[in-house]
Amino acid sequence: MTNKFKTGYTIGVIVLAILAAMLLGAVILLAIGADVMKTYLVILTEPLKNKIGVTEVLLRMVPLTIIALGITVAYRSGIINIGAEGQMAIGILATTAIALLFPNLPRAVLIPFAILAGAVGGAAWGFIPGALKAKLQVSELLSTVMLNYIAAQLYTFFLRGPMLDPAEMTMGSGTPQSMRLTRNLDLTRFIKGTRIHSGIFIAIALALIIFLLLWKTSYGYKMRAAGASERAARYGGINVPKYLIIAMMISGAFAGIAGAIEIAGVHRRAIEGVTGGYGFSGIVVALFGGLHPAGILPAAFFFGLLIYGADMTQRLVGVPANMVQVLQGIIILVIVSTKMILANPYLMQRVEARWHAVTKRPGQEVQS
Amino acid sequence: MTFIINILSLGIPFSVALLIASLGEMFNQRSGIFNLGCEGMMAMGAFLGMLVPYSIGKGADVPGIYNYLGLMLATGVGALLGIFFALVVVTFRAPQGIAGIGMQMFGVGTAGTLFRHFIGGTQSVPGINTAPIPGLSRIPVLGPLFFNHNPLVYVAFLLVPLSWWVLFKTPWGLRVRAVGTHPRAADSIGIQVNRVRYQALAVGGALAGLAGAYLSLCQAKMFSDEIIAGRGFIAVALVYFGQWHPVKIMGGALLFTLAQALQLAIQGLGIDFPYEFLVMLPYLLVIIVLAFSRKTQKMGPTSLGKPFNREMRT
Repeated sequence: MTNKFKTGYTIGVIVLAILAAMLLGAVILLAIGADVMKTYLVILTEPLKNKIGVTEVLLRMVPLTIIALGITVAYRSGIINIGAEGQMAIGILATTAIALLFPNLPRAVLIPFAILAGAVGGAAWGFIPGALKAKLQVSELLSTVMLNYIAAQLYTFFLRGPMLDPAEMTMGSGTPQSMRLTRNLDLTRFIKGTRIHSGIFIAIALALIIFLLLWKTSYGYKMRAAGASERAARYGGINVPKYLIIAMMISGAFAGIAGAIEIAGVHRRAIEGVTGGYGFSGIVVALFGGLHPAGILPAAFFFGLLIYGADMTQRLVGVPANMVQVLQGIIILVIVSTKMILANPYLMQRVEARWHAVTKRPGQEVQS
Repeated sequence: MTFIINILSLGIPFSVALLIASLGEMFNQRSGIFNLGCEGMMAMGAFLGMLVPYSIGKGADVPGIYNYLGLMLATGVGALLGIFFALVVVTFRAPQGIAGIGMQMFGVGTAGTLFRHFIGGTQSVPGINTAPIPGLSRIPVLGPLFFNHNPLVYVAFLLVPLSWWVLFKTPWGLRVRAVGTHPRAADSIGIQVNRVRYQALAVGGALAGLAGAYLSLCQAKMFSDEIIAGRGFIAVALVYFGQWHPVKIMGGALLFTLAQALQLAIQGLGIDFPYEFLVMLPYLLVIIVLAFSRKTQKMGPTSLGKPFNREMRT
């Protein structure tokens, strides 16, 4: 009886949560006079109607997956990384630098080398908030946000200055971007006529690696222990600050890899706006995916759909693409609230008692 | 000398949005709630503040009253957002850091969505103009520095003693500090912890909304997606730096004025220095300030960030 009630209760709360999220989104949509149901329908189904649409969703899934995996490592270790945006930008700068310095390396060397450079760049940018938190107790929430802004400025500086496309310099249109990077860096686009590239296999492989790291190695165990209960972990002899820094560096490295793959697979040169909010969306994907690689892959697909679908709403229903940010914000708020509601045993008991009082038929005993 | 005074007096208005927002955040944190959603609330305030005069005048001059209606709308919606945030972190007891990020995305996203629908592109409003205080603004040095500003600048600096008085000299201020320091003790003497936290978040949200409206109506006189540019997060950091005390928070905000003034001075003197590094300065300053204020962090409200549950034993 109780178990049956518990399942029903959980499902009920989740359904209510989804309704609440859609309702909140509907309030904003109504404020701009949009057709609510049609907007949701366009976002969720329009991208899946043809081959291009599906591959574009998969394309967005790649950075979302990789960044969310990194954020998961940090989150599970007790540190919230909202600096993926900046780490990604620094990763892109590192990848671009390698591609510009060594354009003649063979593909088999250059691609791993450039992606590794991206990882190192991101890890370095992740090391800063990790070390600040571990050594000086600086809140990572604030330091990572500040580093995002700093990285964005560094990014613009390099694209306007040292890495500026020579063609831009002579033509003088002044678009801050690097030159077309060497073709040896291009990731294969394996479906003709679409942009989907082999980076998606890297993303899936990385998901597997993160699963193995977190759940099958002692490193992962120690990181998760540090995240679950810092004091208990310290008592158990785990060097918490050390694992905090490592987790943050892994997290940054993944954001850097995501940036490197975006450049090598999609844009083929460093341009402005590559990061485009992926760093923040990655947080939503990680939470929505239950902070587990197996959940992150479908979650990344769902949010890829949302992001690409939102691009279409402007044209089809007159809803600005910013709506996706609203939905992501709502989803975070609803997920964290729902988790706490489900974790509250008292509330469940009370609801159960009320439920039995209401549904009790005469002559039937109330079981608890 | 004149150059320095000019630069400093230009720099002071830049600290105002930070000052108002961090005073609001101070009330939040004093009641035990870490509100990282400040940025989103400011974005909403910035958009709503300018929406009223823009939709009346379409860029032309409008009677001043509409500007103030815009300020009031921004403040009111800010308070509502604060209450919404309270629902999530106080009633549902969600982790505050991550919920704050959700709130930030919600606020910034909503402001951007509404902006594109109701205003469209870059549009400027006449906004609220400087109101020199008669007589006082003519005093050499001090006049241009302190008495030749926007009305809201004076309001912001008057808010400092006012929040000090509210926080330390009124029963409500005492309750806010009590629920932020030891909610269980406060609860045991009959203070309704959650209600006080709701109130503090409403006040904090209202001030965040006002700070946002200051940016769009007085400083930039327009709205753009990047108008807040991390000021909401800097405001949170300023509260740490100012040790949860209004006067020290004002000191911190003025420190950012200096950074701003330095930026203006370097540009004004025509020194060849990459612009991007100047823009970076305030963010870098935040990190440095936080790194060197870790000892003071122990002086913060002891229950900061911890949800209160009457039914749980701790």
